[in-house]
Amino acid sequence: MTIVKHELRQGKTAFLIWTAAIAFLLGICIFLFPEMKGDMDGISEMFASMGSFTAAFGMDKLNFGTLTGYYAIECGNVLGLGGAFFAALCAVDILCKEERGHTADFLLTHPVSRIRIMTEKLISVVLRITALNLIIYAVSVGSMAAIGEEIPWKEVNLLHLAYYLMQLEIAAVCFGISAFLKRGSVGIGLGLAALFYFMSLIANITESAGFLKYCTPFGFCDGASIVDTGKLDGAVLAAGLALGALGILAAYLHYPKKDIT
Amino acid sequence: MEAIVTRKLTKYYGKMRGISGLDLSVEEGDFFGFIGPNGAGKSTTIRTLLGLISPTSGEAKIFGKDVRTEKNAILAETGYLPSEALFYPGMRVRDALSLSADLRRKDCSAGAAQLCRRLDLDPSRKIDELSFGNRKKVGIVCALQGDPKLLILDEPTGGLDPLIQHEFFEILKERNTKGTTVFLSSHVLSEIRRHCRRAAVIREGELIACDSVDALSRTNARRVSFRGQAELEGLPGLKDITRTADGVSFLYGGEMKPLLERLAAGEISDLAVTEPDLEEVFLHYYQKEEA
Repeated sequence: MTIVKHELRQGKTAFLIWTAAIAFLLGICIFLFPEMKGDMDGISEMFASMGSFTAAFGMDKLNFGTLTGYYAIECGNVLGLGGAFFAALCAVDILCKEERGHTADFLLTHPVSRIRIMTEKLISVVLRITALNLIIYAVSVGSMAAIGEEIPWKEVNLLHLAYYLMQLEIAAVCFGISAFLKRGSVGIGLGLAALFYFMSLIANITESAGFLKYCTPFGFCDGASIVDTGKLDGAVLAAGLALGALGILAAYLHYPKKDIT
Repeated sequence: MEAIVTRKLTKYYGKMRGISGLDLSVEEGDFFGFIGPNGAGKSTTIRTLLGLISPTSGEAKIFGKDVRTEKNAILAETGYLPSEALFYPGMRVRDALSLSADLRRKDCSAGAAQLCRRLDLDPSRKIDELSFGNRKKVGIVCALQGDPKLLILDEPTGGLDPLIQHEFFEILKERNTKGTTVFLSSHVLSEIRRHCRRAAVIREGELIACDSVDALSRTNARRVSFRGQAELEGLPGLKDITRTADGVSFLYGGEMKPLLERLAAGEISDLAVTEPDLEEVFLHYYQKEEA
């Protein structure tokens, strides 16, 4: 696990910054809830009259005046986007950074197979995403307890599980892309995560674009739908997991044979 | 036993030639020089031997093991120093050395400490703050600390001061005496001449000479220098012509009789015909015929 340890050490600063930023924003949102709860009737009415945007963010199905409804939307925006960007950044750079920084000449000339290098790097990405989500989960639940609200365990657990799986899927797709890249990758990772996010918004706005939710990892973590049905959409989740598996498979097929020039 | 052997080794990058039909043989325990200008195919050869790139055709073996199928076993016995030693950001020297040792699953701390001492390298320094030469020292220690059976060194002395260069070659000689095969790719021909027993010259992806350094230095070509004037226009075999205020110096690989006739017809006050050194042999192999 030498490479896992090395990668975790290398990514420590980025991990701490992203985790602190997401935890801070999510905590702030939760601490604002008691203050906003009193004004929620007006806010819910305003959100309900925003046309397509209401549907895009699932606000037509949720009651913004409850912690569950409020958290589902805030969680979607903060943890959803923040987590997706973090996962994309971690994974899209993980293989190609060796070529970009010319460290491939160091790493790949040691007696370690490329398959093992890839596997350890992938494990390091999964560990970072898992750690970020555990910390965020603890901060969220702790913040809810701190404001004296009853914690909607089932909904919170489902929402966090969905966002965790979504981040893993984005990471898997970006890992696949990383195997094919030689140079800069950050723009590609962030762009892809944003594209996935907007695809899910479009899928929510109009039924004719509903198929898009099968093409984006955000498709199975629509907070409104999770809170509404009390479960993750199995078909969309399966499509997402298949897309992630495809990304990893592409990486394992290509990278071991890749010419490192 | 051969430490390195390639047969018809060919690598094309799309339509671009890397190396073509390379037949190379390096005996175990040899101190072997690999000479060629930029773009000749030296790095392509080295990267193929290390499994960083796959050959288009042909085969390459290190200690009898195929570079395509037994890469890990080969790398376990090989230390490599790239021409530009780059490491991960934020690392200290000791972290890089320890990472390299861990990847080899060896405890190299004693060897690393000794090498750092001899090369005057401070393990507590941050690599980002090191000069090019000091980063090169980190690469050298990484390559040597595991006592590999084969050392592949790509332009190893770039950035090193003369004292450290001397110490570095002392270390290589000690290792070579103990049986380590050294494969040294270099532009610095004096290094090859001084330290290597055998050498190969590569040009435009093809091996054009491979022999002992002594034999390579022995050539029919001669360095001719004279003071005065003589008509040399059209004389075949002239290379590396340098004109000075009162004479001419050139490398001559043609028949002696026509040269002597031209010189006799001119006005020559002094003449020297000497054996060229390896640098001049290199030019002999590389320079295009001059009219």
